[in-house]
Amino acid sequence: MINNTIASAGNKGEKDRSDCFVSLTLSDEGGIHLKLNSKVRVLYGDSILQLCQEMLNFFRIEHATLEIEDKGALPFVLMARIEAAIKQLVKSDLEFLPEMLPENLYSSTFNQPRISRLYLPGNTPSLMLNAGIHKPDGIILDLEDAVGFSKKEEARILVRNALRSVNFLGVERMVRINQIPAGLEDLDYIIPHNANLILIPKCESGDQIRMVNEKIETIQKQIGNINPVWLMPIIESAMGVMKVLDIAQSADNIVAIAIGLEDYTADIGVERTNEGTESFYARCQVVNGCKALGIQAIDSVFSDVDDLEALKENVLRSKALGFDGMGCIHPRQIKVVHDNYAPTDKEIEHAKIILNAFFEANKNGYGVVSVGNKMIDAPVVKRAQQTIELSISSGRLSANWHNQN
Amino acid sequence: MRKFNKLVVNSIGKLVPSEVNGKLEIPFKGVGKYIPENRIYGAPIPSCANFPSDGNKCIESLKESLIQARLSDGMVISTHHHFRNGDLIANMVFDIAKEMGVRDLIWFPSASFECHSSLIKYLEDGTIHHIEGSMNGSLGSFTSNGKMAGLGVLRSHGGRYQAVQDGEVHIDIAVIAAPTADFFGNANGVDGPAACGSLGFALVDSQYADKVIVVTDHLVEFPCVPWQIQGNNVDFVVQTDKIGIPEKIVSGSTEMTKSPDRLFLANLTAQFCDKAGILKDGFSFQSGAGGISLAVAQYFRNIMLERGIKARFARGGSNKYLISMLEEGLLEYILDGQTFDLEGVRSMRENPNHVWTSPFTSYNYHGKGNFAGLVDVVILGATEIDINFNANVVTHSDGYLLHGIGGWQNCLFSKTVILTVPLFRDRIPVIKDNVTTICGPGELIDVVVTERGIAINPLRQDLVELTRDSGLPIVSITELKELAEKICGKPALPAFTDQPVAVVKWVDGTILDTIWQVQD
Repeated sequence: MINNTIASAGNKGEKDRSDCFVSLTLSDEGGIHLKLNSKVRVLYGDSILQLCQEMLNFFRIEHATLEIEDKGALPFVLMARIEAAIKQLVKSDLEFLPEMLPENLYSSTFNQPRISRLYLPGNTPSLMLNAGIHKPDGIILDLEDAVGFSKKEEARILVRNALRSVNFLGVERMVRINQIPAGLEDLDYIIPHNANLILIPKCESGDQIRMVNEKIETIQKQIGNINPVWLMPIIESAMGVMKVLDIAQSADNIVAIAIGLEDYTADIGVERTNEGTESFYARCQVVNGCKALGIQAIDSVFSDVDDLEALKENVLRSKALGFDGMGCIHPRQIKVVHDNYAPTDKEIEHAKIILNAFFEANKNGYGVVSVGNKMIDAPVVKRAQQTIELSISSGRLSANWHNQN
Repeated sequence: MRKFNKLVVNSIGKLVPSEVNGKLEIPFKGVGKYIPENRIYGAPIPSCANFPSDGNKCIESLKESLIQARLSDGMVISTHHHFRNGDLIANMVFDIAKEMGVRDLIWFPSASFECHSSLIKYLEDGTIHHIEGSMNGSLGSFTSNGKMAGLGVLRSHGGRYQAVQDGEVHIDIAVIAAPTADFFGNANGVDGPAACGSLGFALVDSQYADKVIVVTDHLVEFPCVPWQIQGNNVDFVVQTDKIGIPEKIVSGSTEMTKSPDRLFLANLTAQFCDKAGILKDGFSFQSGAGGISLAVAQYFRNIMLERGIKARFARGGSNKYLISMLEEGLLEYILDGQTFDLEGVRSMRENPNHVWTSPFTSYNYHGKGNFAGLVDVVILGATEIDINFNANVVTHSDGYLLHGIGGWQNCLFSKTVILTVPLFRDRIPVIKDNVTTICGPGELIDVVVTERGIAINPLRQDLVELTRDSGLPIVSITELKELAEKICGKPALPAFTDQPVAVVKWVDGTILDTIWQVQD
């Protein structure tokens, strides 16, 4: 037993929806007392009370008062909040896991597009429920900056349950853990529940990556997980920028490196501007490090969610520097990010001409590809291929475009 | 007066009273099945000999006008919701009634809002016997708890016109709050400090009530033009300081949603309309007052701009979004039943193509035709929808009465009816086995759009065919119900007593469903 006898978890602010606030008081005698105040009491009151009883039994609590203020929390949220309260008072390795949806067991691939990734605060269930419908390339359940220090523990449990219970509709399931070494502990709550990709914030060395991978391997051995876990380190300091290549080379499951400019500009002691002159070097360094190793370069989020025009300009600059994608902090940014990283009509037409010439040359057994009287080098063909693949995966071009012309 | 008597089963299997507040009623017989045979109700014939020959009908106070209109026990008093949550007049009328010691009045508003919750004290002390109109928010809870002396009667906007015209409701005194009026009683809603747009809901009251009182805070010299309310129907004109709070005319339901999930739904709805071939040159549409419905019009606009399509008319609820479409030429006419914001008021005042209408032209089922049926597509909301496409807009899943019907039932006669709803709200599934209250029979509801799939009523095989290869997520309504229950869990049913607290009328005046007292 831990000495405290009172604990709470969850949110009950006026604007909090689909969430609940749980208070637990342990006592020495008197049995179990449940108090429920719920906006869905008529519809789910009995099942919520049943869940409370079941969880208290599961954690072998015999004397306690459990009080729930519920604002329409789904079962996986209720479970996470109750477990978080219990674990502040009772030391236990037990986990009360909601069912893993079979449709959540998919894996992702090394070089699938990661143009847009939607950040979701790790302790705010209402924003998780429909995140998949907006069709970002990935969702990021964020345990780091979006979660207050006192809420770290309950957020881990909520994110764990969300990974099992929320159907993100096929988009890549990512989690941003806390800074290493604290973030290593987060992995226990993430890796067994089929996170596809881990974002490692404030990364400054290859050693940090190796520590993460060691921990992942240990966990995977225990649970026999077969799906790959990809890594995306985030560079957020001058030191990180200097070490990009070292970091990128430290493991072969790194699929991308992202840059975080809020922390980076603070670190070098300048103000962040929309034009980004102050971070030009850092961004080029990240892009070059990534391209040297054939992985994706991901740009920093754009924080003014209301100014979609400025976001568009930002994306176009980012694309021109060589970045492959950008984080989004609001669903409305996703379309702008997609549309503007995506190849333009002109780029697609040009790529088609080059690939057609390439197919033609192959068919005829020529070693040299030419368009008109211009020779085409192999890297140009490769780039055209990437453009076409991206156009297909983003729905701009039919997969059998070749037969349609 | 007997609250209700003898419950019977109507054609959709719902138990409904055959007598409501002492009057015999007809149970719902099916859509288009009940054809009335009697004659339209007639108000007493007035003579101008009984009115001042100089045309000046001004009277010093609202109280004096009510006294001269012989306000007395048991009368039916009507007011209107043109000021939405900013209405001041209804409360004033019943304050005076209380002061005069009048009892057992029947309030017949075109709709109620939270600002009317102070009338609960008059329902408790017997000044008001019951409400025939809408019972929103606190008034809804009061009703659901069985505290109202009489049975509530819920009608659509069109049903309200029909009920008065057919003589089901005899209005003793109509009090019409008018933003601008002259001493003769000519009035409009487009000028004055409390300008609110159309006064269409008050038309039927001005035509059929025994006594008509116009109350204004902006009296202009004769003639007040344009006159939407004709002074020839008006008995008294009262000038007061303030009739409504203009800022509150724009209530929450008339602002476009900012929620990304809801915008997604609106966009999906517009995509469906596009793929189903509805958005073509010369089409017409109506979208309701909810935030999602308003956003649909914005997505229509994007598609129309892209394709160079123009709409012939939109039915409103007008608002700033619709006005901008009218002004940029995407829309030729707005036929406006109610004005949702001050941009709408300005447009109605300035633009001859922004036309005011009333529930008579727009919605009345007992007329020689019905505009609602001419509209190509209407987008509405619902609190619940069942697997037979029956839908509810008045009660919530916990059994409580919380909303009025508005024009919702009337709009179901549009060529394509789309209900756009989230699959679940917090933990409450919207698609269910059975709805708590049926407000619209499923045979009239064509499409249900949710963020996780679109269900098409099997009666609309044409729409099924048109969207088969559209890439849209078309699923069955049962799949949607199962998905909602998978996410939320299967909900328990609310417990009711055997006491009815209100009835839902269909557009033809028959009784579609009963709302029961919620058990504690």
